[in-house]
Amino acid sequence: MVSLKVNGTAHTVDVDDDTPLLWVIRDNLGLTGTKFGCGVAQCGACTVFIDGQPLRSCVTPVSSVGASEITTIEGLAGKEADAVQAAWTARDVPQCGYCQSGQVMSAIALLKENRKPSDRDIDLAMNGNICRCATYVRIRAAIHDAARALEI
Amino acid sequence: MTAHDPKLSRRSLLAGAGALVIGFHLPRGAKAQSGAGAAYRPGGNATFAPNAFIRVAPDSTVTVLIKHIEMGQGPFTGLATLAAEEMDAAWSQMRAEHAPADVKLYANLAFGVQGTGGSTAIANSWEQMRKAGAAARMMLVQAAADSWKVPTGEIKVEEGVISHASGRKGSFGEFAEAAAKLSVPENPPLKPASAYKFIGKEGAVKRLDSADKARGKAQFTIDIHAPGMLTVVVARSPRFGGKVASFDAAEALKVKGVVDVKSIGYGVAVYANGMWPALKGREALKVTWDDSQAEKRGSSELIAEYRRLTRQPGTVAGSHGDAEAALAKAERVIEAEFVFPYLAHAPMEPLDGYLEWDGEKAHARFGSQFQTTEHQTIAGVLGLPPEKVTLETMLAGGSFGRRAQVSQHLAAELATVAKTIGPNRPVKVVWTREDDLTGGYYRPLFVHRFRGAVKDGKIAAWSSTLVGQSFFLGTPFEAMVVKNGIDATSVEGANEIFYEVPDFRCEVHNPKVGVPTLWWRSVGHTHTGYAVECFVDELLQAAGQDAVQGRLALMGDRHPRAAGVLKAVAELAGWKGPGPVDGRARGVAVVESFGSFVAQIAEVSMGPEGEPKVHKVWCAVDCGVAVNPDIIRAQVEGGIGFGLGHALYGQITLDGGRPVQTNFHEYRSLRIHEMPEVEVTIIASTEKPSGIGEPGVPPIGPAVANALAALGHGRPRQLPMQGGSV
Repeated sequence: MVSLKVNGTAHTVDVDDDTPLLWVIRDNLGLTGTKFGCGVAQCGACTVFIDGQPLRSCVTPVSSVGASEITTIEGLAGKEADAVQAAWTARDVPQCGYCQSGQVMSAIALLKENRKPSDRDIDLAMNGNICRCATYVRIRAAIHDAARALEI
Repeated sequence: MTAHDPKLSRRSLLAGAGALVIGFHLPRGAKAQSGAGAAYRPGGNATFAPNAFIRVAPDSTVTVLIKHIEMGQGPFTGLATLAAEEMDAAWSQMRAEHAPADVKLYANLAFGVQGTGGSTAIANSWEQMRKAGAAARMMLVQAAADSWKVPTGEIKVEEGVISHASGRKGSFGEFAEAAAKLSVPENPPLKPASAYKFIGKEGAVKRLDSADKARGKAQFTIDIHAPGMLTVVVARSPRFGGKVASFDAAEALKVKGVVDVKSIGYGVAVYANGMWPALKGREALKVTWDDSQAEKRGSSELIAEYRRLTRQPGTVAGSHGDAEAALAKAERVIEAEFVFPYLAHAPMEPLDGYLEWDGEKAHARFGSQFQTTEHQTIAGVLGLPPEKVTLETMLAGGSFGRRAQVSQHLAAELATVAKTIGPNRPVKVVWTREDDLTGGYYRPLFVHRFRGAVKDGKIAAWSSTLVGQSFFLGTPFEAMVVKNGIDATSVEGANEIFYEVPDFRCEVHNPKVGVPTLWWRSVGHTHTGYAVECFVDELLQAAGQDAVQGRLALMGDRHPRAAGVLKAVAELAGWKGPGPVDGRARGVAVVESFGSFVAQIAEVSMGPEGEPKVHKVWCAVDCGVAVNPDIIRAQVEGGIGFGLGHALYGQITLDGGRPVQTNFHEYRSLRIHEMPEVEVTIIASTEKPSGIGEPGVPPIGPAVANALAALGHGRPRQLPMQGGSV
């Protein structure tokens, strides 16, 4: 039995200790917005926040998260999240959309740290998230849009 | 029947040439399904369903049933745009859902079966979806006219509001029930282009799926959960063509959550309560593989063999004049060999599928790209009549060709896995990234040999020999695509070129190799576009001609649309030759694929570590009437990124028959800092719409290569440009 706190709710799940957080979130808790893309922390589709920091849930054993606050895309709140998701929609960023939960999570984490990211800042913050549809032009533009919206 | 052997009882070529124009007749029993999947109701609670596509609900939402899979290229939005235009709907009331599998209602008119591919979604729906919308509008107007007792000619429809000069107004929902009782007009008139409110209008339409996809709400196959569902992963042979000799499941069965382990012939299926137990179970499994029939050659052996074949006569795929005689007379023969690796599609969502089966009927849910044949395959494996099987198409996390399975192998695996464990055990089969990258169905490895000669500033002779696997020869689709021994998908783009050459020849060899291959976004053009556009650039350089003006001169007046995009991109980029200027050079390429014309200019520098850096790409595209300009731009941006990532970094190499690259740390994918700025211009056109999902891909590789030549590095003869290891 492992206990964890996701989107403000405490859960206890009957899984092996080595089970990656990703599969607990998806298979045990039924929160499927967080995606599986590689299983080896190479693509970023599984990005969640642990105590506010973006982290690859596919390589994070559930037993390691302890009492941390875990936030998935379903549990997002706040002005950065609103600005990013509004910009993503207005720019029609997604194509297939499968990686976009992870992209959105990484973008929100960036804007929480850096309200006015340069292109270089965006490169550094977002280059762990692969988009096979290569929506990168719009991801970059949407992050700038969201940053502008947060200034107001 | 094996897992790779679909049951297609009768087939015949229906129409046309080109990569994906296929079609066949179905066995008589295959028709609209009903019965199974009782909860599955496409279109929801609509009260007005004038045809197979339009569903109007009492709240006035218009749901368009989309016969094409939404895997990123935008058919949900595009087909809804066509219907909304003729309905005079408000965009805010439009919705889209996948249509069920039903070949009679939802066939791709370019294929004759339900399926998506060859960048045909808009092209084949252009008239069909507008007529569906126009019929719905006529019936709603008639219902309003009847109710208001006014002539239909006095009724207007604007942004979803039906109105009359008397001041009466109504919504679609208010008249839906009455409209449903009217007869359906057979040939409703369509709007003139001058009256369009959505088609071709910037900003008039937003994608219908963006909001859900930005919020993690879009439901993909991998997200399906059902009571009692088992997650299944399959251990497959490390070499293609291997079979299970024996296996020991004792340790696997000890893993908490593993429910069962079964052989399915070519592999061993692990059934578990969730993905992690399934993966741990597979890890604990001991399988001995029978490799006696497996492919054991590696990439380097195949390349050596293909090289030899490029020097032997092949099947003639295109010829005029006498290229050999012209080359024999030439003062100097320019020769180039191009080597293209196997490539994986690697869609972000790996292959997956869900199936429930009670022994008498079945309901499948997955990102089916060829619904008709996959539906038949599932019915065949389960031994059910087709009408007892329903297929629900799910959003797919990318495909790039991977889900358009000639072999039906995923549908067969899904049904086999369900059948093997027995009825009333819903299964979700999931492939991992390792399964995906090492699982074959690659863009085939190709070697091309080109020879040419120039004289008086013109190309005097051109000869090419292409060697690579065909994914149609020897399959049930062979009769449809292969003509006179030529698989069009092997040579498209190389057996006919824009450029006037008096003596021309193109030959092909399709050797048999035990590696499963498949089309990959832009199919044959993935390699022919590169080779042809590099080679013509090299010949023009030898002839002392400018890359843009020289191409235009060779096109003459026979290729106005190709010339049109080339001129447009030169203007957009302010082309003044390749440079270099301040360490940056420019290269150009132009390719026609799937009826669309795309020209690109890439600005490139060489990084300190010898890695090309692409700064900016200008692109001109002519895809006929531009239904959704912003989606066209998005597809071109994405196509450039996809094409560039693979030209720079992408390769699957085989060592002793085993794929070397197992995940994204080895199968390098383009990342955001490697993505160039992209500027797109769309040529205004009144031609029928053609494809856009694929045509953005082919020109980027050769445009970058031609820029590298201007930088003094030569055009890379072997892809990928960076890190090619074979």
